[in-house]
This record gives sequence, C-alpha cells and structure tokens, in this order.
Amino acid sequence: MTGWIVDIAEEIWGLFFDDLGLAIAALVWVALVWLGARWLGPAAGPALFAGLALILVTSALRRAGQR
Amino acid sequence: MIDLSHAAAPALAAFLASTVEFVEAATVVLAVGGVRGWRDTLAGAAAAVGLLALLTAVLGPALTLVPLRVLQVAVGVLLLLFGLRWLRKAILRAAGVLALHDENAAYAKERDEMLKLGGRGAGFDGIAFGAAFHICMIEGTEVVFIVIAVSAGGAGLLLPASLGAAVALVMVTALGFVLHRPMARVPENTLKFIVGVILSSFGAFWLGEGIGVAWPAQDLSIPAMIVGFGLISLATVPICRARGVKAAAVRA
Repeated sequence: MTGWIVDIAEEIWGLFFDDLGLAIAALVWVALVWLGARWLGPAAGPALFAGLALILVTSALRRAGQR
Repeated sequence: MIDLSHAAAPALAAFLASTVEFVEAATVVLAVGGVRGWRDTLAGAAAAVGLLALLTAVLGPALTLVPLRVLQVAVGVLLLLFGLRWLRKAILRAAGVLALHDENAAYAKERDEMLKLGGRGAGFDGIAFGAAFHICMIEGTEVVFIVIAVSAGGAGLLLPASLGAAVALVMVTALGFVLHRPMARVPENTLKFIVGVILSSFGAFWLGEGIGVAWPAQDLSIPAMIVGFGLISLATVPICRARGVKAAAVRA
C-alpha cells in the first residue's frame, strides 16, 4: 500500500521537477516579472514569454552539450 | 455556458496528454494480462480507473472554492513546469540526445518480470491485480492532474477536459483489445511535443494573469504563445542535434 503511494508521490514530483535547474530558472524569472510588472507595463506579458522561451532553449542546449 | 473556442484547447490538451499516459499504462496491462490472465488484471485496471474518476469528481468542483487569483498562480506554476519539462524532453528526444520511449522494450521487460514471478493459482491473482492497479494509478494520477489543471482556468472547462481524457481512455482501451500488443507506433514524442507547447502556453498565460501581468491581446495571447513556443522549440531541435553530435565527438 505505502509502496504505490510513494511511487505516485515520486511520479508527481518528477512531473514538475525532473530538471531542477529548469524549474528554478523559470520560477525565478516569473518572480522577477512579477516584481517588475508595474515598471514593464504592457511589455510584462511578452517579457514573461520571452524569458521562459529563452530558459527552455538554454536548458535544452546545455543538456545537449553534456551528451 | 462555455463556448467551443474556449473548450477546445483544454479538451485537446487533455486528450493528447492522456493518450500518452494511457498508452504507457496499456503496455504494462497487456504484458501482465498476457502472462497472468485477464480477469484480475482488468479488475485491477478498472479499480484504479474508478478511484481516479472519483478523485476527479471530488477535486475538480472543490477548486471552484479557491479564489481565482490564487488558483491561476498555483495552476499556472504547475502547468508551466509540467509543460516546459515535457517540451524540453521532446526537443532532446527529437534531436537524438535522449532515446525515444520504446513501448516494445517496456512490454518485453514487464512480461519478463511477470514470467519470473511464476505460475498462478485458480483463485484471486493479487500480483496481476496489484501490477495493473499500480501502473493505472501512476499514469492515471498524471491524467487527473492534467485534466484538473487545464480546466482550472475557467468555469465549465472540467467537462470538456474530462471528455478529452475519456475519449483517449476509450480509444487506447479499444486499440489494446484489438491489437493485444503494445501501441509502439503511436507518435509519443510528437504528442509530448504538442502537449508541452500547449501546457507551457496555458501555464504562462494563467500565471501571468495571476501575478497581474497585462497581456497585449488578452485571450488571443494563448494561441500566439502556442505558435511562439512551437516555432522556437522546432528551431531548437537541429541546434541541439548539432551540439549533441559535437559533444559526442569531443568525448570519443
């Protein structure tokens, strides 16, 4: 009983934090956009998207370079 | 009343993501049933599906009690992390950096493990029931999360998202009954790529809404981000491939 509960808990954790660097970078960027949202004004949305896309690409390229 | 344009994206995302998860579960169920018999294997799978349906029915409506801003931030964070993870993995698999998921290999491995456990008596087969219940709970929990997450952005989205997952369940179950072998030809990485793009876009949008970001084109920012994430990810695949080849050559 506890075995499959632990398995499910690990599976759910892995859903979000498989690559901890990617998750942390994305959350830090979200926090920065939140803090600067008033200053960024209408550019906040595009800035959020652009930063997340850049983090994704950087993470994938870094992993490819470690092959 | 929810209109089709708002219901289509969560339903499609739930359908595609659920198809990937159900195919993985079906591979194990087919291997277990083929070795240990179908009665208790299917009973285990059905028990897990019933429990998960109950969870969705309870958790889904309960989310309406949470304030919208809090829900948008919480669900946005989870969707974003989940979507980016799937997208990154799909990019790396498409580039050949990571190996593609092999349903035939997973089926053979599970079948070998079941054969090693030996014969079964005439009564209840706890191993077959447990193995099928276990895999269906694991993969099904992911489906429940996806259904609840993609439907959390607006009232009335739980039904279309649940329908998307239900159609995937019926489709994969029917294919399993007909084929009696793993669905290795399902383009799992392509599905993960598409779902990763959709979930990342929904996650970024709802998270942005939750933290007070003004989107230039309101709801239309979601399809714009779907196109943006899709094109950027597609462009990243050949660069990752070249980088992977270069890194492998340096190590050789």
